[in-house]
Amino acid sequence: MKLILLIALCILSFGSSLAKDAAPLADDPVIEQRLISISEEMRCLVCQNESLSGSRSDLANDLRREIRTLIKEGKSDEQIRNFMVERYGDFVLYRPPVKPITWLLWIGPFIILLIGIVGLLTYLRRRNEAVSNIALSDDDNKRIDALLNNKNEKGAL
Amino acid sequence: MKVKFLLPLLLFIVLVIFLAIGLNRDPQEVPSPLINKPAPAFEIPQLSEAKQSFSPASMKGQVWILNVWASWCVACREEHPVLVELAKSKIAPIIGLDYKDKREDALTMLAMQGNPYLLSAFDADGRVGIDYGVYGVPETYVIDKAGMIRFKHIGPITMNILNQKIYPLISELQKS
Repeated sequence: MKLILLIALCILSFGSSLAKDAAPLADDPVIEQRLISISEEMRCLVCQNESLSGSRSDLANDLRREIRTLIKEGKSDEQIRNFMVERYGDFVLYRPPVKPITWLLWIGPFIILLIGIVGLLTYLRRRNEAVSNIALSDDDNKRIDALLNNKNEKGAL
Repeated sequence: MKVKFLLPLLLFIVLVIFLAIGLNRDPQEVPSPLINKPAPAFEIPQLSEAKQSFSPASMKGQVWILNVWASWCVACREEHPVLVELAKSKIAPIIGLDYKDKREDALTMLAMQGNPYLLSAFDADGRVGIDYGVYGVPETYVIDKAGMIRFKHIGPITMNILNQKIYPLISELQKS
């Protein structure tokens, strides 16, 4: 029994020494780096919450292959992005482009911020006015002075 | 004073309406940028006759339907009887685009379920599919006489979609 185990171990260890290192992903690391930087900004259409660079879906594999070919053809990042948008629409981009239909998306938060600021300012002004409208009579001033002096004397003691 | 009191309720109702609209939309249905654009050109072998090729240019002058399908796609099998029905109506020729499939498997499926296609083009590596923005088979395109894409449906077409969208659109396109 021990002998069999020993032989098995020998064979197994021999096999692992023959195993190769993991093959590099691509021949050209520069192309691969560009592929990653482009595809990270793109949505995989099959699994919509994954980026094109992270997805293992079949379509994502095909599209990465396609982008790799385009890079090898010497296309610019802009041209590659246009290639994708022409086929899949703006939806494929994680950063929506600024154009009439997305204006509300881009400036909407700032409009809401502006409304908030205007609302806050009018509220504060109204409150200030309410406070400043209280007029003090001479009698009131005398009483205040008396109270303050009284306190000061006590403090001195 | 009364209006101020109702304001949070009104805001809440607006929020609920937006959420209701958002929930009832299908996130898989992405509007295609190809609508009203010329159908991308290609020339690839046919499914049954590998030596002959098919190109959309040969369909110029008639309204036709391009249906992207594959034997490995379960939804396509579901859709198939509807396509057979559509073919029976003879309203317009249906061209198949067999997407990333194995020839034998595709031919077996057509033999078993009937063949609604005038012919099928064989897109072995899915390159044509990319040009048509295919991301979920089955997809169906209606292309007009001038070779423009007029309609795209993602996912299996049903009798409802046929009757409400595709039939009226085709008869309208054929008039022009």
